[in-house]
Amino acid sequence: MKLKHLNLAYTLLSTQYALMLEYRAEIFLWAISGILPLIMYGIWSEAGVSIGLGIDSKWLFSYFVSAFIVRQFTAVWVMVSFEEDNLEGRLSPYLLQPIYPFWRYFSSHVAEQITRLPFVLLILTIIFIFNNQLFWFPSPFKVFLSIIAIFIAFTVRFLLHWIFAMICFWNDRASAIERLLLLPYLFLSGLVAPLDTFPEPIKNIALLTPFPYVLSFPAKLLAGHNVDIFNGFLNLILWAFVFFIIGFWAWKKGVRHYSGMGA
Amino acid sequence: MSKLNFSIFRLIKAFWNTSISKELEYRLNLFIEIISVIGNLSGSLFVLSIFYKGGFNLGGWTWSESVVVLAIYTILDGLTTSILQPNLSRIVQQVQDGTLDFVLIKPVNSQIWLSLRVISPWGIPSIISGFLLITYTFIIGKKILSLYSILLFCLTLISSIFILYSLWFIIATTSIWFVRIWNANEVLRSVLVAGRYPISAFPAGLRFVFTFLLPITFLTSVPAEAILGKISLSLIIFSLLFSLALLFLSNKFWNFAISFYTSASS
Repeated sequence: MKLKHLNLAYTLLSTQYALMLEYRAEIFLWAISGILPLIMYGIWSEAGVSIGLGIDSKWLFSYFVSAFIVRQFTAVWVMVSFEEDNLEGRLSPYLLQPIYPFWRYFSSHVAEQITRLPFVLLILTIIFIFNNQLFWFPSPFKVFLSIIAIFIAFTVRFLLHWIFAMICFWNDRASAIERLLLLPYLFLSGLVAPLDTFPEPIKNIALLTPFPYVLSFPAKLLAGHNVDIFNGFLNLILWAFVFFIIGFWAWKKGVRHYSGMGA
Repeated sequence: MSKLNFSIFRLIKAFWNTSISKELEYRLNLFIEIISVIGNLSGSLFVLSIFYKGGFNLGGWTWSESVVVLAIYTILDGLTTSILQPNLSRIVQQVQDGTLDFVLIKPVNSQIWLSLRVISPWGIPSIISGFLLITYTFIIGKKILSLYSILLFCLTLISSIFILYSLWFIIATTSIWFVRIWNANEVLRSVLVAGRYPISAFPAGLRFVFTFLLPITFLTSVPAEAILGKISLSLIIFSLLFSLALLFLSNKFWNFAISFYTSASS
């Protein structure tokens, strides 16, 4: 039984990886379009030092570059592709296969991340060539922890989007809601401004949501800043669990509404 | 000639009527769009406030001046949602399916057709709130706007719209060669986010990039300077000439590109 699952996962991943390799140019462009944290670094590097929160340019550099890396490997577009498959009836053959279609989308995201890796390394090399005096080396243990944190963070984001993708069963323009999901992610996760600079009340509200844990936490881990490792992982796992339950339930409810458009 | 122009306007009017009635089928979108605009603006204002609470002036711009830059960005973002995005993302599709043929054989300027074929009303909340925000900062600051600075603002805003359009169109045009390029516009959009802030807030290297390589300065900072009355006339003339040159270039580039069009599937 176990071996069968491993085999299945391997097949899914390798086929999706082959598919993604076809679109290298496109994936390279997607990698560049995640440039927002670096643009924000530009502004913060001019502003940050004078803000007087004990934040210096080295801190900012490692934070925003790490945020850039985290964002690269937590990109999620499942709502768009699920909507497409739903509207064009491509979901029908998937439903006949003895596997929860969730895994198909999940594996395609993971495969895309593997394809993206060399491009991210390339961009990072360019950044370091121009900013070598700000270079930092996180300890191997921290790197290991942050890779795990990034993967769980990706899972949390994926599950959250999966829940909202289920709205496609009821409404044929559900991906418009993605814009709304992006808002708290943009402003509460620490993507445009580190949480340390937030006013206390807003920071506390942000910490009640999953968003800081999917970006700020792994980024700080990778940047080697002080961060509560236990609390971060606890929150990530809790949110993943909650979203998994809701997502599974929404799928069961929604799939009964599937009308097999285009089939 | 005047008769031909007249028919283009009539065509566009008909197109826009049909596309608006199609979009209005999805009225839920209006709700989503309004929430998204409000959320986006309050988030951006919040981030700006972090900078200003720290006693830092973004590139020497005061708080209300930076808000004007943000407002102009919001207006341009609305225009992108309404016109640029829906039309120019279709070029890629049409090259891929070979349906560009049907555009090229029509007795209408193909660039105008491709750029103005559809309109989406969902950018309107952004456009309105951008103008409201500008008005608000002037009421709060108890500043009186002279007709002259409004005129300068309109001129620079038009040139910034032309520049934005030309950038989008030139990138969309490259799909004639590369076909699957639609996310190149996504790259452009992500870099243009820098226009939310005054360009002088960036370090020198980026400032150079945003002025000479990607003219983001002319998109938001220059119109903001115009309405705030801190701009020289020569810069306005330069920005107008620059935008017209880019517009001209986009047209030349398009005509050059379609000579390479091989018409897939036919």
